[in-house]
Amino acid sequence: MSKTPLDTVEHAAATPDVELPWAELGLKKDEYERVVEILGRRPTGAELAMYSVMWSEHCSYKSSKVHLRQFGEKAPESDAMLVGIGENAGVVDVGQGYAVTFKVESHNHPSYVEPYQGAATGVGGIVRDIIAMGARPVAVVDPLRFGAADHPDTKRVLPGVVAGIGGYGNCLGLPNIGGEVVFDACYQGNPLVNAGAIGVMRHEDIHLAKASGAGNKVILYGARTGGDGIGGASILASETFDDAKPSKRPAVQVGDPFQEKLLIECTLEAFQEKLVVGIQDLGAAGLSCATSELASNGSGGMRVTLDDVPLRDSTLSPEEILMSESQERMCAVVEPEKVDRFLEICDKWDVIATVIGEVTDGDRLEIFWHGEKIVDVDPRTVAHDGPVYERPYARPSWQDELQADDANKLPRPETSEELKDQVLKLVGSPNQASKQWITQQYDHFVQGNTVLAQPEDSGMIRVDEESGLGVAIATDGNGRYAKLDPYTGAQLALAEAYRNVATTGAKPLAVSDCLNFGSPEDPAVMWQFAEAVRGLADGCQQLGTPVTGGNVSLYNQTGEAAIHPTPVVAVLGVIDDVARRTPVAFQEDGQLLYLLGDTREEFGGSAWSQVIHDHLGGLPPKVDLERERLLAEILISASRDGMIDSAHDLSDGGLIQAVVESALLGGKGARLVVPDGLDAFTFLFSESAGRAIVAVPRSEELRFNDMCGARGLPATRIGVVDGDTVEVQGEFSLSLAELREVHERTIPALLA
Amino acid sequence: MTARIGVVTFPGSLDDRDTQRAIRVAGAEPVALWHKDKDLKQVDAVVLCGGFSYGDYLRAGAIARFSPVMDTVIDQAKAGLPVLGICNGFQILTEAHLLPGGMLGNDHLHFICRDQKLRVENADTAWTTDYEAGQEIHIPLKNMDGRYVADQRTLDELEAEGRVAFRYVDFNPNGSLNDIAGITNEAGNVVGLMPHPEHAVESLIGTGRTDGLPFFTSILKKLVNA
Repeated sequence: MSKTPLDTVEHAAATPDVELPWAELGLKKDEYERVVEILGRRPTGAELAMYSVMWSEHCSYKSSKVHLRQFGEKAPESDAMLVGIGENAGVVDVGQGYAVTFKVESHNHPSYVEPYQGAATGVGGIVRDIIAMGARPVAVVDPLRFGAADHPDTKRVLPGVVAGIGGYGNCLGLPNIGGEVVFDACYQGNPLVNAGAIGVMRHEDIHLAKASGAGNKVILYGARTGGDGIGGASILASETFDDAKPSKRPAVQVGDPFQEKLLIECTLEAFQEKLVVGIQDLGAAGLSCATSELASNGSGGMRVTLDDVPLRDSTLSPEEILMSESQERMCAVVEPEKVDRFLEICDKWDVIATVIGEVTDGDRLEIFWHGEKIVDVDPRTVAHDGPVYERPYARPSWQDELQADDANKLPRPETSEELKDQVLKLVGSPNQASKQWITQQYDHFVQGNTVLAQPEDSGMIRVDEESGLGVAIATDGNGRYAKLDPYTGAQLALAEAYRNVATTGAKPLAVSDCLNFGSPEDPAVMWQFAEAVRGLADGCQQLGTPVTGGNVSLYNQTGEAAIHPTPVVAVLGVIDDVARRTPVAFQEDGQLLYLLGDTREEFGGSAWSQVIHDHLGGLPPKVDLERERLLAEILISASRDGMIDSAHDLSDGGLIQAVVESALLGGKGARLVVPDGLDAFTFLFSESAGRAIVAVPRSEELRFNDMCGARGLPATRIGVVDGDTVEVQGEFSLSLAELREVHERTIPALLA
Repeated sequence: MTARIGVVTFPGSLDDRDTQRAIRVAGAEPVALWHKDKDLKQVDAVVLCGGFSYGDYLRAGAIARFSPVMDTVIDQAKAGLPVLGICNGFQILTEAHLLPGGMLGNDHLHFICRDQKLRVENADTAWTTDYEAGQEIHIPLKNMDGRYVADQRTLDELEAEGRVAFRYVDFNPNGSLNDIAGITNEAGNVVGLMPHPEHAVESLIGTGRTDGLPFFTSILKKLVNA
């Protein structure tokens, strides 16, 4: 067996002509040259490993950065923001000394390759981001998008993804309270598996990812480091080691939720005893990311002895150890006199913890292996000074044609019978059908604080048992709208999530996003991305809800065909007393149904156009954010003052979809009358934004009307909660039994 | 005077804090117990709560049954200490042979979380006196391995002696034999069930029902009156 000599810093300086496999690791030529320029010599293998992974699109946001800056530049004044973009997750003040952290991330590609583990480790990663801020995770949400519901591959991907989310999240003891499931052929080769999490802490418990204080110890704790999750690194590794290497392991990581549960409990106990100066989770780019980010955010440098990292596989090379994405690991910076206590707590929870280095008073990140220095870099150049691209973008040539293909001109139902048939088709279509078969595989109840969970408009968690303080979260996105007009589509996603939070009675406070797009190297995709970011930033500015952080997922495409541009927006809200929350379900016969907002003929991108005509064209519904804000204020006031007993936001599927959902959940029907000035079809199927239906007890009608009148919100009485049918006067009547059958059978029939 | 009820935390326990809250809501005093600790801190009763103890690796409840705290729980349960096992706790009780039978994976092979209708079959155990026999209640259910199985002789015995404490009504969510949701030992001090009464004690939370509260008020009354 021959062995290549260790590529130390000294060796690299002495052998400037050695070619490193930078291209195989995903670096461009000019990026590699930049690394050489920064270091003043060629990088060592280990250094190259770190730069290549930290400068990847996923970690560096090199294509999206120039656009994402708008979220900061246009950020509205907000007293609520405690920690903004750039940390593991944003933190928002929700009052009474509590702070909430939340974030949404993508795990799209791994979930297509290996649905169960891809989705499971997506949950694991987002939860570690939340813990790293100092918070106890209290809930998760999962916005999911798959290919056509009846495509055979969807039956491979979806059940695995759902089982993975459940298998991991249920085992962590986190209630799953919201999200979405959307089917569209454009996601056939690129399902979108986004995962969101919320955590709660006291203000004084906020922790940041920084290593300060020379002499402080760097502790790696959690799972041992293995060869899983190494992408390009294995190529590099095979250059530097001989043929005695173990076979290549898959690039998808394997999760162990039990280990993560222990990690949560032991981290929180260490926080409680104030043992932690800085903390970072190990996610993408593993130790490369954790060490370079901790060091670059702190005041000094860092020295790490890689030999001390506990391994699952003793044959791993130093490059592999630096790049491994083994799950369930965290890195903490602890003052020397507190190290023993920290290790004791880890031992109590049977979590392996090892001091692997310390903070120095220099400004270099130095990593040693077998006593020799293999990394000597300025950590900022690894973590923050990655390349930034001004990718070319251009409005696609087909955009005009798409918008000219007006959905409002599609043939409409001509008879009452036809109208009724289309209602049944709609509520039974995969996107509008009940998702209970999916959501019942998630635990909603654990922790005992779940006030609302899906299919409610937003998930709601009680934060304080005494005062009833709670938080709500909704995630929304509509790729069809965004395809027709990415600027408006992003604002519609924001408006819908904002409205969903307000519908349940909570005040929207802040935004996180997960921006799923195709290849940034395609100018048309880049235009969609630029427009969506601009729309979202403008929208957040107008609504007064700052973006606290988020995630960008690019390259979601198969060959030339990109997915619909799909910005998914999460809005977080706060409610003073969860006892005042408003549910979707109709509560009592005789209550009056009001439609809030204006209904126009808007069918572009609608569920109706998709289900009945398999059509996508025209313009998405208009956005009026001032109206959204007024609607939200009315919904929150009405909930607080007990003027409404149920409410439901109107979005895809329009009014009839919302009425059917409220009726089925409450087990109570409704009699509807088409209001003056509207035809039955537009009344039932239009997807005009800025609308909701509410059920008003008769005793509150006067007060409610006065409030809407005084504040200028159109409120139209459209019927009454009653009986066991949904009836549209003069048109048709459908029994709840028939509606339930149609609404609930679709998903199990396709996927069970 | 009130009663002190212990709640054991194993690594991987999930509903320990919820169970402590339910005990508090009922008016008793919850006491945290730790799996590595043989000492039960002189509690008057013990709840083994839900979760995935030790990751449920090997088999649900199989490792937890050998933890130090269980040595004491097993001894004292045989001597009459009231013990309630919920979900994973029920699985641990069968693994510890404090209750007969065992649990297999749900027949449909999926995790299931739902508001489950049950019938109280035995209202004479230490944990069920605040119910009436035959009463129908709704309690959240959430599990992966909830299919109760036992050999025919054991089933016949359980049925004959009235030791089926709870039965699923309208819908059997996991394929349990005889629709069994929960059982008791002969003495009535040890009860195990798959559904989660601790998740049904506050009208605002979860399904909004409080049908689970009588578990905790039953034991409190029994202990206070003892």
